Parts: sequence; structure tokens; C-alpha cells
Amino acid sequence: MIPGISITEILTLTSILFFIGVYGFLTRKNLISILISIELILNASVINFVVINKYLYPDVLQGVVYSIFIIAVAAAETSLAISIIINLYRQIGSVEVKDTETMKY
Amino acid sequence: MNFSSFLIMRHEILLLVITLVLLVAEIFIPNNKKSSTVHLAIFLFGIHTALGFMALDESSLFGGMFHTNNLIHFFKNVLNIGVFILLLQSADWLQEKIVTQNRGTEFFILLFFSLLGMYFMISAGDFLMFYLGLELSTLPVAALAAYEILKRSSSEAGIKLILSAALASGVSLFGISMLYATNGSIYFNDIIEVITSNNLTILGFILFFAGLSFKISLVPFHFWTADVYQGAPISIASYLSVISKGAAVFILMILLFTVLKPLMHVWENLIYVIALATMFIGNLFALRQQNMKRFLAYSSIAQAGFILLGLITGTQLGTATVVYFVMIYIFSNLAAFGVVQAISLKTGKENMDDYNGLYRTNPKLSLIMMLALFSLAGIPPVAGFFGKFFLFTAAASKGYYLLVFLAVVNVTISLYYYLLVIRAMFLRQNDNPIPFFKNKIYMRLGLIITVIGILVLGLYSPLYGYIYELSTVYK
Repeated sequence: MIPGISITEILTLTSILFFIGVYGFLTRKNLISILISIELILNASVINFVVINKYLYPDVLQGVVYSIFIIAVAAAETSLAISIIINLYRQIGSVEVKDTETMKY
Repeated sequence: MNFSSFLIMRHEILLLVITLVLLVAEIFIPNNKKSSTVHLAIFLFGIHTALGFMALDESSLFGGMFHTNNLIHFFKNVLNIGVFILLLQSADWLQEKIVTQNRGTEFFILLFFSLLGMYFMISAGDFLMFYLGLELSTLPVAALAAYEILKRSSSEAGIKLILSAALASGVSLFGISMLYATNGSIYFNDIIEVITSNNLTILGFILFFAGLSFKISLVPFHFWTADVYQGAPISIASYLSVISKGAAVFILMILLFTVLKPLMHVWENLIYVIALATMFIGNLFALRQQNMKRFLAYSSIAQAGFILLGLITGTQLGTATVVYFVMIYIFSNLAAFGVVQAISLKTGKENMDDYNGLYRTNPKLSLIMMLALFSLAGIPPVAGFFGKFFLFTAAASKGYYLLVFLAVVNVTISLYYYLLVIRAMFLRQNDNPIPFFKNKIYMRLGLIITVIGILVLGLYSPLYGYIYELSTVYK
């Protein structure tokens, strides 16, 4: 609970964060930036879970526990994506989206 | 609670033990005998598949996080059989291409962990277990899609899969957080009691549905499918198209029919539109494909659209038909991918024009391919017809006549492009056809099992009755 800040304000913040992430995923040209956008989306939901738990259902810790798992899985996801990007970089010497286009149509 | 109650997790524990045994075997088997891990893995998984058929109690563990019943148990067995066939079909590819690079065991370990994730996903009793299962089933597959590290297209497939999967799971999590906000719990049993259809719940549901649609490759989220299938190794493409899709359809069905049942007036319309879009776009894009893997990718998108016809009903008939169709679909699609894999392994050819005149040189393979495509298209004597017929019956029983009519139109379109392959194999001439070759024993066994499945499943009607009986839990 943060005094003076209502749940609506925080949820508005996380929604904005979420849509910045989706926008970034769709418009960024670099694979690493796309990965960062995904982190934004995941962090938006982590904040959502914690805030909802704290403000609405403070007696059971379900949301907080959920957020810990999300952070752990997000780390695994990112490391896997980075390792694939490194492998790709070794072959084509680039991490731009426009270079990953041997398969189209 | 005593330790014997853990036995309801028998599938999961056994699979974990097998994976650990393989991990240890990887350490102790010397480098020049690494190909024996392939035999070991297939042998162990065969035992696991056979043991899976032992009866199991219905109950739940960990305060309701994990639950199982006879239908879930049955579906796990179906997934086991599918993975077993897949292992048989990919054994030759592993021994020729991967074991020589000394990376054979990781393939099995990643594949088994992904299957383990699917077990947990379909047995989930709350959204946390569901999310962990979903991630555990997706991440290893992304690693496997990028498995041929020397091929550029394989890395591209991997990165496309992992980025789309991460986006989908992020969107789905945001939806789950909204469902948590309105219902106050992440346990399915608690949510059932309090869920009502207000705006925030509906928004949360739609975001959540988007995440699962990605796994099933329904239409607005299908763009990754064709690229990943084309770039990934063929066994992984077939894993994505049958096992992963089947498990995601199953858990979506459970959630829609139990937890989200009060929102039925919402998801009925949603699925109506998405089913139509999926069928039409999948079929129309499949028409112009030349690469066989891309072709099968779009055909599998279209098949997902047909599966939605069973989901739209929300009745026991719908449950039974979806499970039945998914089972038949696993066999038919594995047969088609098996033939593509056999030919690609021997000759490296994957285009439809290369299949011209295949019947003159490899009559048996062409016949298997023909049966598989007939089953996918739904031509009467083979199993696919019965699967589609029951799905259409289920949708018509709820009065969706227009939807069924448009689905039948789609079957006609799909028949056209499936027959293109059959025409290439049987009628077209080719100056330079694929030469005659004999498959090794594993591949042959894998193809024979799928053919038996395609021919027998449709005609053996007690099976459908059995599934219908099991389906009483979800209606």
C-alpha cells in the first residue's frame, strides 16, 4: 500500500507500460530491442499481480508468489532468446529483423 | 496425505526419471558409442508409453494445483503415443546428422521436458501451474527449433518462435492478472464460483485467449507458423503441429467448458469469427505453397479452425469430438510429416515438384502419403472423415448451420490442394525422380503405426463411445 496513490493510478501506469511493450514489439527493427519490449510487457503484468494482491486481496499471497515465478521464467526466456540471437549473429553477422528473411511467402 | 497419493503424478514422475537417466547415460557412454542413446531413449519411452495405460485414480494434489481425471489421463496417453511415433520417425535423422555432432542426448532431454510441461499444463488446477506448464512446454521447443546450429534457417525459426512465444505468454499473463483482479483467486475451483461477465473479466479473458491462440496458431496469431515449420528440423515441425497444438487445444477446451463457462455468450461469438477466419486463411494460403513443410503448416492452421467447431458447442458431445479429432489428427499429420522427413533425409528435397513421379519409384511411401492426405482432407474410408463428421455434427447440434456450411466449403478447398500433392505423386512425369530407397527399421515402424492408426481409428467405433463416456466431466 502506498499512501495517497490509488489502485487506479497504478493500473493505468501498468496498462501504459503494457502497450508501450506491444508497440515496441511491433515497430522495433532490432532483435534485442524486441526482447526489451517483451520484458516491458512481462514487467507490466508482474506489477499488476503485486498491486492487485496488495490493494484488493491482502490476506492471501497468491499474486506475489505468481510474480516471483514470472520473473524467474522471464529470465529463462530471455537467456534462451539471447543465445539463439548469438547463434544467428555468428551466421549472418547481424541482429536486424530485416536480415532474418530467408523464409517468406 | 501420504506418499502413495503422489502416484497420481505417475506420468510426470516417470518421464522425469527417464530424462534424468538419459542425462546420466550421456555422461557415462563413451563418445564413439553415442548412437546407443537413441536406442536407449526410444526403449525407455516405449516402456513409459506402455505403463501409461495402467488405470489411475481421479484426484488432486498440492491443494488443487494439480488434478487429474480419466479424460486427462487418456489424453496424456494419446500424447505419449504421438511422441513415441515421432521419436521412431526422427531416429534416423538423429543418428545420421545429430549424433555425429555429439548432440544426440540433448534432443531427447529437451523434447521430454517439453512433454513434461504439457502434462503439467493439461493437469493444471490453477493459473500458476498452467503458466509454468505452458512455458516449460514452449521454451525447449524453441531451443529445438534452432537445433541445427549450422543452418541459418533453423536459427531464424528459433528466434521467430521464441519472440512470438514470449509475446504471447506476456499478453496472456496480463489477461490472467485481470482475471485475478476480478475474481480474487488464481485457482480454477474458486474462480468457477465467483466469475461473472463484467467488462474487466471479458478483457482479461480475451487477452488470455490470445496467448493460447498463439500456441494453437489461430488466425490473427498464425504468422509464426509457416516460417517456423519451414526452418525448424522436420521432427520439431511435426511436434509443434501435432503434440503442442493438441495439448493447447485440450487445455483451452477444459478452461472454456469449466472455468469460463459463465462467459459462454462471449466466447461463442469470438470462436465463431476466429474459426471462420482460421479455416479460410489457412486453406487459401495453403493453395499457393510449394515447399512441403510450409504446405503442411498452412494445412495445420486450417485443421485448427476445424477443431474450433467442436469447441464452440460447450457440451459433452463437443468434448468427445474434439478429443477424438485431435487423436486422429495426430496420426494423420504424423504420417504426412513422416513421409516428408524420410524423403528429405535421403535426398534433401522438400518441394512439391520434387515429388513428381514418386509413385513409380517409391510406391509404398506414396501410398502412405496418400492415406495421410485423404485423412487430413476427410475422405470416407479413412479416420479423418469420421473425425470431421463428428465435429460438424457437434456444431450442427447447437444450430450453427451456416458455420457448418462454410466449413464444408473449406473442406472442398482443402481437398483441392491435398489432391495437388497426390496428382504430383501419381500422375505427373518426372525426368529426374527421387530414386528408390529403403527406410531403416525405426522409420518403417513409425510409418506403419500411423497407417494402422489412420485405418483403424475411424472404423473401430467402441473407441468413440469410450471417449464419449470419459467426457462426462466436461460439459
